[in-house]
Amino acid sequence: MLNQLIQLEVKNLTTCFRTVKGDVTAVDDVSFSLKKGETLCIVGESGCGKSVSALSIMGLLSPSGYVKSGSAIFQDNNLLSMSSNQLEKLRGNRISMIFQDPGSSLNPVMRIGDQVAEIFQIHLNMSKKESLEKAFEMLKQVEIPDPESRMLAYPHELSGGMAQRIMIAIALACHPDILIADEPTTALDVTIQSQILNLMTQMQSKTETAIILITHDLGVVAEMADNVLVMYCGQVVEYGDVKTVFSTPIHPYTKALMKSIPIIGKKTRRLDAIPGRVPSLDMLPIGCRFEKRCSEKNNHIELECQNKIPPIFDINQAHGSRCWLEKGSE
Amino acid sequence: MTAYIIKRLFISIPVLFGILLVTFVLARLIPGDPCKAILGEKATVEVCEKFKIRFGLDKPIHTQFMLYSKRVVVGDFGNSIRFSRPVSQILVERFPVTIELALGGLVVAIIVGVFLGIISALRHNSPIDVGTMVLANIGISMPVFWLGLMLAYLFGLLLKDTIFWLPPSGRLTAGLSSIPFFEVWGWEVVKGTTNSKVLEFFANHYIFNALITGNWEIFKDSIRHMILPVIALSTIPMAIIARITRSSLLEVLGRDYIRTARAKGVRNKNVVSKHALRNAMLPVVTILGLQMGGLLSGAVLTETVFGLAGVGRMLVEAIYARDYPIIQAFTVMVAVAYMLINLIVDISYGFLDPRVRLE
Amino acid sequence: MSKLGRVSETLSDNFDEDLLLQEPISVWRRTFKRLLSRRSGKIGLFLIGFIFLIAFTAPIIAPYDPNEVLIGKEIVKLKKREGPCIHMLGCDSAKPQHIMGIDGNYRDQFSRIIYGSRISLSIGFSTVSFAVTGGVLLGALAAFFGGWIDNIIMRVMDVILGFPSLLLAIAIVAVLGPGIRNALLAIAIVTLPAYARLTRASVLTVKELDFVKASIALGASPTRLLLFRILPNSLTPIVVLATLGIATAILDAAGLSFLGLGAQPPTPEWGTMLGSERNQVFSAPHLVFFPGIAIMITVLAFNLFGDGLRDALDPRLND
Repeated sequence: MLNQLIQLEVKNLTTCFRTVKGDVTAVDDVSFSLKKGETLCIVGESGCGKSVSALSIMGLLSPSGYVKSGSAIFQDNNLLSMSSNQLEKLRGNRISMIFQDPGSSLNPVMRIGDQVAEIFQIHLNMSKKESLEKAFEMLKQVEIPDPESRMLAYPHELSGGMAQRIMIAIALACHPDILIADEPTTALDVTIQSQILNLMTQMQSKTETAIILITHDLGVVAEMADNVLVMYCGQVVEYGDVKTVFSTPIHPYTKALMKSIPIIGKKTRRLDAIPGRVPSLDMLPIGCRFEKRCSEKNNHIELECQNKIPPIFDINQAHGSRCWLEKGSE
Repeated sequence: MTAYIIKRLFISIPVLFGILLVTFVLARLIPGDPCKAILGEKATVEVCEKFKIRFGLDKPIHTQFMLYSKRVVVGDFGNSIRFSRPVSQILVERFPVTIELALGGLVVAIIVGVFLGIISALRHNSPIDVGTMVLANIGISMPVFWLGLMLAYLFGLLLKDTIFWLPPSGRLTAGLSSIPFFEVWGWEVVKGTTNSKVLEFFANHYIFNALITGNWEIFKDSIRHMILPVIALSTIPMAIIARITRSSLLEVLGRDYIRTARAKGVRNKNVVSKHALRNAMLPVVTILGLQMGGLLSGAVLTETVFGLAGVGRMLVEAIYARDYPIIQAFTVMVAVAYMLINLIVDISYGFLDPRVRLE
Repeated sequence: MSKLGRVSETLSDNFDEDLLLQEPISVWRRTFKRLLSRRSGKIGLFLIGFIFLIAFTAPIIAPYDPNEVLIGKEIVKLKKREGPCIHMLGCDSAKPQHIMGIDGNYRDQFSRIIYGSRISLSIGFSTVSFAVTGGVLLGALAAFFGGWIDNIIMRVMDVILGFPSLLLAIAIVAVLGPGIRNALLAIAIVTLPAYARLTRASVLTVKELDFVKASIALGASPTRLLLFRILPNSLTPIVVLATLGIATAILDAAGLSFLGLGAQPPTPEWGTMLGSERNQVFSAPHLVFFPGIAIMITVLAFNLFGDGLRDALDPRLND
């Protein structure tokens, strides 16, 4: 059945944070599904809620954050209603996550070998000796040069690219079903970026892991994604497979994003930036959040855009947009 | 790592020199004539001349310093002007008291302080957290000598006829005495030799001595006498350690690598004990040296309050009596002890934090 | 003034270069508001105000002269070291009221405690003023000139820090002779190095900031920069340290007085009062209890205020 292909089904996820000024909604009604072996890219600007969505699913929100509503069904269980004990069994095992700054994501006082071996000790119950051997194997798999001495090294002795390889090794060690990568290459040099992305693709083919890749870099999306989820201000504004979204974007925000990518070789006088600013989360408009910066609205629509948040309209199979302009296209 | 240790040792040498110089100068600067201070105002000029020659006070100042330095390195501190006994012997008798007190204070301060700090951090903003921090604030504001006196009053007088009574002064109950371990074991020790001094030094740590000779009566008695002074002395360092542990652990728990550990599926208690604590303890270790300094200083006050015959009290008395050899020797020993402690703390920090040792 | 963007990364933790680019006065105003919003700052400030009030109004609220020996002047025969007699709490109204009892020289302790607040406050402030002035000066000089000046100054600081602080203070007082002024000097000397190190670190860091180099390249006078922009804003950690330093100074001075090396009798300094009565603690605990509580409350006040100040000035808690 088709459902067996779906690894993760997120429905109406809403996450809030408690602040001195009251509760702020960082993720608003986000839904998506992830198929086995698929690479889904979540794109958006900083602060649009893409990381928070991932952290919500993993149960790794900071103490001031909480999931207000929604579900995340993974293998017939709702991750959002699991106890921490149950979640601990899944993390690093069936669902892994890697983060943006690999240098600070590793424990500075533990040796690399021990940190990698730890994952085998926790989930596969291996002895220390066995786990260190397997860790060594993993280091070779992620193509760490001179793995013997690297096993004994400390994180501060590693370059950013090397550290991220270690993170990938740790994340994929148990052949998880899902890997969530939160801006894995943002803190790295451009040359290293492609190496890391290639490594991820390689490992993915070995382990058949589905990847959720969070990024703000459209180039990365073009290279890696099967499907795309575009987020703006805590909401999903467009989703679809990468070819369609890139060639025929529907939502005004996505269109503006595509236009703003500079093309090497093409002469332009100035870059097409999107005018205006992202509304701050504690002062959100009651209607469409992109409305003030939208260049596509027309007189008929304007009132509705200002007063009602558009729902997501499914245009054709698996391509949708949260825009009043699409009303009637379903 | 070895390079790090050697570097630290190397830096200590000028510090040692500075200590010798400062103590020598300070002792010499104390106004007043030691001859008159010891022998009384009526001492005649001839007597004082002989006095000067006897204690080498007639030689030029830099010669005195060189002689002094040479002797200190060998361990010869001369004789006390006041007691006419070798200062090293007095040190052997009195230093162990201060060490027991200071060490006891340190151990209690670390164990209780770290424990409270961890609990406060893990129960951030709960009543336990708030309560502990209030207590910690009060703790660092309490004068040691006042706390000691109040404890003595409470446990020595108010609770006199209860099981909670604790002796308010001295090291042992009158009538009891500690038998040095080498006597108990029948060793042949010649009095006055360096060997005997070293052995006596260790034997004068009553608690340690009683432990290794299995003398439970003395063991219990000396511990009972130490309880109040140690509590009084350890309060301020304990409060400071609690606060630093708490803030350090809170900060570490917010770091990226803790999030990684959780993402790996590490159980929550292991996240704290295996990953967070070792990093959180680094700032605490950093201040341990400083705390030890505070403990040695506080020991002076505590010894005065509880009538303990330690280095601190003797130092104050020697200052009044212008007993140069004692002043010099005791200040040097305390400063050297402080220096050694800081050295140990530095080296330990190198063991704990790999980023530092590979500089 | 427009923001100049992210500058050098070699900043010490105490330092926030954003702070550097703002007008000093607005920084202080904002800090004051944040200070008052937190519990520790509020309580600390309140207590300090309370103690200052007591110190100022001492002649009015003290029922007796602190040095007045009362023997022979009373209707009812006084006992030496008599415990507190409070009429509201049941003490016979025929006996004269002494809220905190009478000390070993037939003086009213309550009045002495009140006047003691003046002494403690002046001890705290004068010690710290001296230490801060000396420390900041030495630290700035060391950082500014570098080279052998820096070396010598810092070695001297290291020697001072190589001794446990109270013991060194005792040794210095031993040289200078017991007395309150010498005790102050001793404590100031012993606490000076901390301020020197802090100032030196701040000035060194700021010297290397790109915007400073750029400003100088554009013709701005370095002295003006130092005085009007850098120092005022880099003084914030020093202010915190100084506030906490007042607490430490009062505590250390009380300790020295307790040992007989600080304020001498009959000065009504709390440590001295405690020290002279310590052997009578079993028979006259009130003569030990009240001076100690006074010390504790005062030190606590400055500690709390210093804590509140530190939190309020923490650049990481920027709105």
